[in-house]
Amino acid sequence: MRVMKAKVTVILCAMTLAAGAAAAAEYTVGQHNKTFEKDGAKLEKLTINVGDTIHFKNMDPWFHNVFSLSDIKTFDLGSYPQGQFKSVVFDKAGSAEVECAIHPQMFLELEVK
Amino acid sequence: MKSGMMIPALLDLVISMSVQAAPKESFLRPDKVPAPSSNQMTPERVELGKALFFDPRLSGSNWISCTTCHNPALGWSDGLPTAIGHGMKILGRATPTILNTAYQRKQMWDGRFRTLEEQALGPIAADVEMNQNLDNVVAELKEITGYHAMFEKAYPGEGISKDTIAKAIASFERTVVSSDAAFDRWIKGDEKAMSDYAKKGFALFEGKANCTACHQGFNFIDDGFHNLGLKGNQDAGRHAQVPVAVMMGAFKTPTLRDVALTAPYMHNGMYKTLDEVVAHYNRGGDVKENLDPNLKPLNLTEQEQKDIVEFLKALTGEPMMVTVPHLPQ
Repeated sequence: MRVMKAKVTVILCAMTLAAGAAAAAEYTVGQHNKTFEKDGAKLEKLTINVGDTIHFKNMDPWFHNVFSLSDIKTFDLGSYPQGQFKSVVFDKAGSAEVECAIHPQMFLELEVK
Repeated sequence: MKSGMMIPALLDLVISMSVQAAPKESFLRPDKVPAPSSNQMTPERVELGKALFFDPRLSGSNWISCTTCHNPALGWSDGLPTAIGHGMKILGRATPTILNTAYQRKQMWDGRFRTLEEQALGPIAADVEMNQNLDNVVAELKEITGYHAMFEKAYPGEGISKDTIAKAIASFERTVVSSDAAFDRWIKGDEKAMSDYAKKGFALFEGKANCTACHQGFNFIDDGFHNLGLKGNQDAGRHAQVPVAVMMGAFKTPTLRDVALTAPYMHNGMYKTLDEVVAHYNRGGDVKENLDPNLKPLNLTEQEQKDIVEFLKALTGEPMMVTVPHLPQ
């Protein structure tokens, strides 16, 4: 009986994890004309869910260096050229400011729910 | 032999294809000098700011004014490799020109101030620069009768305060803008305004030399920060404000407007001439550690480097005529 219960629990956990993984979304945020943009439009705020991934893609002919020193996520993607992207999984809820170190006018406010 | 000669040409083509030439309109002067809604420019505000800018009583020694370092006769800089501050102390960074700072999103070499209003009080209070207690400067200005009327006209009902001092100086600084240079006349269609050498220099500036990776638009800036691989640089620069690896040793891209008037060059004034500056970029910088990735050896010929210098000189217009104000007593 106990073994059965344990098996059911394991299966339920696995199903929950699978459902969670399926729900995680992926976003591509471009760096274009020294702004963050999504789907061709300038992007200053974005709301995502915990576990979602953002691909930061450089679309400019010069280097960008995307970083965040926020409490929920600290990262420095380094400098990378046009056409390349780097990805970040946001695994904690809260707010985060994403910037480009080279071009400080580039600023994206993230709300992770 | 023929194939050997083709390779450099092909390389040039590949390099030039990787850089997009900006439309000529992007270099045109904006219609208005930007000013915040909380501090729109008026003649009274500019006049007050000019008096404050020239007034050495803003310093702790009553001997140093803003114009001591930002001298209109020297391209609104001081002609020195690095500034000299309070007590004749030689400082670590060159005095940046205040020309066209109205168009910048960040002020100071390390961008630690966002607006001209924020920046204006910084050098007054810095112990190595003007070494003045800001409360004291307000008290001292209140003792000068002539300033009362000037502040009242400029900022009715606001009085003499740190805030109104900063706003007035910022208003004056917004009048220090570049005049039309040969390049501007050429951009607007006067083919004879620039020499053929300068035109070739501009094509290189946008193409093979990749200068527009950082020097863009009317003011030839990107509002960005870059480590240029300067020999002997021990200054952390922007990293003190933004502790991200790429910012170590990085400094703000300066305007190229009136650049022929603002020697010496770079944040530490290490180059005396524009020829030396272009040669530095042609080498792709000297120190490779944390070098900005936009910098690469350019393989420019001697003539191409001279052409770029000719173009840079074509960005220099007639200096702004300045009358020295009679300071209130």
